[in-house]
Order: sequence, then structure tokens, then C-alpha cells
Amino acid sequence: MQDIHVIVAGAAGEGIQTIGDLLVRLAAAHGYAVFSWKEYESRIRGGQNRYAVRIGMEPVNAPLSEADILLALNKGALAKYEKLLKDNGIIISPEKDNRDRFLSIPFADIAKHEIGQTIYANTLAIGALVSALGMDLEITKGVVKNVFSKKGEDMIDKNIQALVEGFNRAGRECRDRCPWNLPLREDRYYVLTANEAIPMAAAYAGCRFISAYPMTPSTGIITFLAKEKDRLGVFVEQAEDEIAAVNMAIGASYAGARAMTATSGGGFALMVEGISLAGMTETPLVVVLAQRPGPATGLPTRTAQGDLLFAVNAGHGEFPKMVLAPSDPLDAFYKTVMAFNLADQYQTPVILLTDQFLADSHFSFKDFEPWDVTPKFHWAGTGNHNEYKRYRLTESGISPRLYPGQSKHLVCADSDEHNEYGHITEDLEKMAPAMAKKRMLKLDMLKKSVHPPEEVATKGADFILVSWGSTRGSVLEAISLMRGTGVKAGMIHFTELWPLPKYEFPRGKALYIVENNASGQLSRLLRSQYNISSRGFVHRFDGLPLTAGYIRRVYHEHNG
Amino acid sequence: MSTMDDYQSDAEIQWCPGCPNFGILQAFKKAFVSIGKDPHEICLVSGIGQAAKLPHYLKCNFFNGLHGRAIPVALGVHAANPDLKTIVVAGDGDCYGEGGNHFLHTLRRNPDITVVVHNNEVYALTKGQASPTTPKGERRTLQFNGVQVPPLQMLAVAILHGCTFVARGFALEVDHLQDLLVSAVEHPGLSLVEVVQPCITWGTHPLKWYQERVRIVKEDYDPTDRSAAMELAMTWGETIPIGILYQSGPVETFGHDYRHTVTDRPLTELKPLDKGLMEKMLSEFRL
Repeated sequence: MQDIHVIVAGAAGEGIQTIGDLLVRLAAAHGYAVFSWKEYESRIRGGQNRYAVRIGMEPVNAPLSEADILLALNKGALAKYEKLLKDNGIIISPEKDNRDRFLSIPFADIAKHEIGQTIYANTLAIGALVSALGMDLEITKGVVKNVFSKKGEDMIDKNIQALVEGFNRAGRECRDRCPWNLPLREDRYYVLTANEAIPMAAAYAGCRFISAYPMTPSTGIITFLAKEKDRLGVFVEQAEDEIAAVNMAIGASYAGARAMTATSGGGFALMVEGISLAGMTETPLVVVLAQRPGPATGLPTRTAQGDLLFAVNAGHGEFPKMVLAPSDPLDAFYKTVMAFNLADQYQTPVILLTDQFLADSHFSFKDFEPWDVTPKFHWAGTGNHNEYKRYRLTESGISPRLYPGQSKHLVCADSDEHNEYGHITEDLEKMAPAMAKKRMLKLDMLKKSVHPPEEVATKGADFILVSWGSTRGSVLEAISLMRGTGVKAGMIHFTELWPLPKYEFPRGKALYIVENNASGQLSRLLRSQYNISSRGFVHRFDGLPLTAGYIRRVYHEHNG
Repeated sequence: MSTMDDYQSDAEIQWCPGCPNFGILQAFKKAFVSIGKDPHEICLVSGIGQAAKLPHYLKCNFFNGLHGRAIPVALGVHAANPDLKTIVVAGDGDCYGEGGNHFLHTLRRNPDITVVVHNNEVYALTKGQASPTTPKGERRTLQFNGVQVPPLQMLAVAILHGCTFVARGFALEVDHLQDLLVSAVEHPGLSLVEVVQPCITWGTHPLKWYQERVRIVKEDYDPTDRSAAMELAMTWGETIPIGILYQSGPVETFGHDYRHTVTDRPLTELKPLDKGLMEKMLSEFRL
């Protein structure tokens, strides 16, 4: 079976979120791997948004462009997204149209006249989709009942009625135009987004405090922790601004609690002085930077990989820092635990780089076993200090860390250059350079903690796509598409971006660097660190995620 | 029980000789002794400025962070460990200028911490520019024709927005200031102590100017009278009233929901999450 791609399109507030979420559930409940991604306008009502759902036999966690089925809830959605429909695709819409590809079903009218209220229009649309996709009506009823279980008997009955009505209408309309069939399978998948994996992983890693200021696409993280306060026990504070958010997290971390904050580019810009503070005071800190296109406010609800060099260079002055860019929610779980461990071990900030695409998309996993990395703590212990010095000069550069109130030892932290006790120093001869050196020693150790990039099919490849972060799924699919037409592509994928690992690029291979940005930030970073040059680039910077088709097209534009 | 010696720091003091900050430092030490806390049970948090250096000159835990950001750091410290007596030491520029937004929102939060603001009406460490509390018309090193805008009246702002302890002290009335600090630290909820302080290097008024104006509030003054407190908070001229200007009954403090439902202990004492719980939560995503 080829993967089926459904696009649900409509105005904000019209119900595409509900329909999309339910479709994801239904596909999973039928035993299929599902991948979904969203693109939406920065508004609460109106506009035209897309919720794209990919259904297949195996998880291919990558977005598609062309659709098999377009559910267009209004005329504008139809106009905007019809061009994405495959030649043999169908449109389900309340709009009237006589073309053969069109299933015209007036959801709201039917809901009002047959069910009693227009609010059931979306469930009718679901029924139509279920029919077109060849899903099982009884399984669907079960899922719908479950979803509406808290709404009361009447509401459940009406929804089931609407579902069946939509199912039957589409069944009559479909005739031979809906070739899809999704019989029940035994398989079950974990289906989640990075904005769900990261907060769970953070709590598992021992994070006890999060302060953040709402900013798309990062807000899901603090929201998840607030919602799960009783089970996860994280102290959640909505800060008055991102400057407060980062400083609160630093205060909590200094006082002994693993702490984090999450934001997007603009908020991260405000946090940068705080990141430098964490570097100077040697306070562990985890910051999630969920990227969206800039500069300034940019495209607030879309995706980009435009802040790589900003993250790598964030913070005035020189101090060690780590930048990790997970490729999917499972990797994000690992990397989050790793981020807390390394921030603690090296007493320094760690930045987790995600983006709107990774934050909001549902990925499927056959197994979700992120237990290889376990929480590790690095307290100094209170017993073995004759005289406790928070910033003791050591061979490794790592000083003994205690928290205030833990014992009689006083824990003194300073943003000024300081001596071993944490008091201000202006000793330029000895102390200031010794402290600077001590901090930078930790960067050498951090370098030893990072892993080389992932290599896929590089041996025997004619050329290699080099990528980072959330584009992994699309690059893998691009390789497979190209190999299908005899073009031998490989992949080198980075998820640990700073410090970069010790690594030798395969000799004599042409490199094409693939990024969701305009200026080629990974290219610049790799050139400066490995002295490599690339044959070409695949850049996308329109606010949408890279797809395999896009990568292949741009590659062939370069190379015929 | 601690003594004054326990709070004696070895760090070299960088203030100007004769600075009234020395009076404030003395009042702090005396207050800590009267409160009966040991140095390791106290955490001072400061930003940048001459006032913000004070934690270095007292022997206790401290976090000397960024300009304007002492309050958010203190909130994090207090959230992580409510057993610590967390005290912010800031200047007028640090707390009301650079950190003004944090100050405003922390009034609403009502954390059980103390904020002490040295108010010398000048940016001293950057050499004499106007601060948010410099009276209109007074000259500073950047305001050659005098400050063009009126000063902030943050004590009144604090009362207006729910701060339940608002006091004003004078750097040279050390014993009185000590009492204010003790009451402030022992007050449940946010306590604000603004310390009127001449700057002997940049100040436009001599010590005497302050001494003639500072008046301790009358013994029969009722600090629970909000209107009277607003009046005193805004009084700055012929007289400058000092004392507890406003104090009101205990109200819910920062994090009370968390403290009641999760833990009232330091966050470090929470047990690690069980892998079983994580597996259970993850299984909810297995559709």
C-alpha cells in the first residue's frame, strides 16, 4: 500500500484541528502509522490553515506535499489548496462543483436539518473521510465515543448519528472514485509531538522548575507541564517576559532544582544575557529554542531552521555551551535528558533547538524506549570540603557544586569575574585569566561528550545530503526516492551542533547541504569547523518544512 | 545563635569611604543576628550597582546576577527552596529602572521574600546620571538642565498592587533600619523596604538635608490604614516619613497552589520520577 495523504483545510476556528486530531487517532486505531503536520496563520479565527495527515503501513515521519484527499471546509481553502491535489485525488467539500473529483457534501446544512445543530458538521466531515478512506465504521464509532465520552449521552449519540450520516453520504458519492482501503491491522504506534516528548523527558530527567513566557511554537512545553502538575510535580511559572523567565530558571537551578525555560527566536533574543549569566555563574540551564522564521516577528506560526548560528553564538563573552537539535520526538526525549545531564555535569547552559514543524507534528514510533540515557546528577557532596569554594580551580575546570541551604557551606555565585569563593575580583594577573581558562576547559570536555553525525548509505553513494535537526525524515525519504530512480544519495545528519564532534567527512564525496533556512547556516558552521566545502545546497525558507519531493527537485535543478 | 562576627566577610569593600551603604550593611548584620538565622539559611540576591555589591560584604549565600534581574532570580531561588530566607538587595536604578517590569509583576505574585531598595536618587556606579527616583528638575551628570520628568513613586505603586509590607528606612538610622529589616524578613509575603540614602559622591543634597527631613512615623500611626499609607508613601519633600508605612494581613503567597498540592519542601527533596510512571504516561500516546 502506498501512503495516503489527507489534507484538511479550513479557516482557524472552523474545526480543522478537531478533524485532524481525530483523523490521526482513527488511523492509529486502525493500526496504521500516521504522521501529521500543521501550518496555520497567526490568528484565532479566519485565514486558511492546513492539517496534513499521512497514513501508511510503516512510520515514514516526513511531510508530503501532494494530497490524495483534500477536505476543504470552505471556498478559500479550496482555492488555496486544490493545486496540491494529485490528478487522481478527490475533494470533499461543502462547496458545489460538478467535476468528477468532487464530493460535494453540505456538512453544516445536513447537520442542522438532520441532526439538529450545525456543531455536528465536523463529525459529519469525519464520517465522510472515514468512508472515503475505507476505514471501519464500528472502530470509528468507538474512537468517537471515546473522544466525546465526557460530553454526555445526548452529545455522544448525536455525534454518532452525524458520523454515520457523513459516512453514508460519502459512501453514495464515492462510487468508484475512492480506491483507498484501510482494513484493521494489529499494529499499534506511539504517536506524539516533540512538544509532548520534551516536557515528559524533562520531568523524567529531574526538572522541577519551568518558567516561560508564551511564544509560539514553544508554548506547548510549559502548558504540558502545567496540565500534568499532579503527576510530574514541576513548579510552573508564567513569567512577565523572557528575561524574567530565564533568570527565574537560573535562580531555581542555583538553588538546587533542575530548571528550564522554553521560547522562540524573539524571546530567546531577550534571554541571551541570561544565557551568558548561566555561563559565568556556572549554573546548569536548559533552554528550548523552538525556531520559527524571523527576523523579528517573522512568520510567527511557521517553521524554519534560521537560528542555528544564533544559538551557537548566543551570549556575550566566552563560555562553554551546548546546542542539541533533535530530529524527532524520540530523539527529543533522549536529547532532553542528555541536555539536563550535561548542563549539570558541566555547569553550563544547554540549548535544545527545535522548530515549529518538529514541535507540532505527530510522529509515529513502533517502539518508544528512550531509557538508554538516564538522569545523572553531579553534586559535589557536602562532607569533603575543608573550605568550600564554589569556583575552586580544578584540573578539569569543573568546580564542586553545592546548593545554598544544603549545608553550612556558603554557595556564592557572581556574574562579575570572581575568585574561587565567588567574590568580585579585578586581579588581571592571576585570577581573571585562571577563571576564564577554567571555564573554557569545560568546552574541551564537552567536545568529548558529543557524538558523531548519523551516516546513512554513505558508502557507495554518489553524493551525500548533509542535514541537521528536524529535517531527518524528509532527507531519508529523499534518499529513498532518489535511489528508486537510480540516483545514489547518502545522508550525514547532525543533531549535536555545538560543540561539533570530532569527525572526518567521507573523502571524495560531493556534499549537498540541506537546510530550512536561506543563508546556509550549517554550511558556515561546517566550513569553519571541518574546513569542508559543499557542491551545492538545498534551502527552503518559505515557512514550510522541507519535503522529500522538494529536496529531490532542488537537487535535480542543480544537477539536471 | 549567630553573632555579628558570623556575618563578617573577608571581601574587600569597594564602596566610597564614608558611604551610607556602610550603615545599611551594619543594619543587615544586626538584623540577621536578631532574626536568629545562621548565614547558610539566608540567601541574598542582587543585580548590578553599588547596592548590589552588598552581598559580597556579608557572609551568607548569595547570587550576584545581572543588572535589573535580581527579583526573578530570587523568585527562582525561593521556588526551589522556600526554607531559605531570600532577600533581594538592589538600588533604585537596578530595581525600578532596569528591573521595573519584574518589580511590578512580583507585587502581584506576593512571594515570601524581602526586597530592599537603596534609594539614593542617582546612578552611582555609572557616575551620576538620573535614576527613576530623581526628583524633577534636579541636575545629574547627564541631565544638564535638570530631570525633565517626575520620579516614580514605587512605594505607593507597591501598596496599590498588593504588597503587604511597605517600609521606608534611612541609611543613617541604623537601629531603626535594623528593626524594619527584621519585621520585613519575618513578614509572611512580599516585604519591601526602601532605604533613603544620600550619595556622598554624586548626590545633590548634603547629609544634613536628609537628616532635617527624615521623620520616624508617630507611634500611634496605624500601618493597616491603606489610605494613610498611600499618603505617607507619596510624601517626599519637607518631610520624608520613615517606618513601616503599610502592613496587612497574610494573603496567599507565590506558589501556594504548588505548595499545597505537590510539596512545601525544597524541590531538591522531591523523589526522582519513577520509570513506571513515565511508561504509563507514554502508553497514553500509544493509540
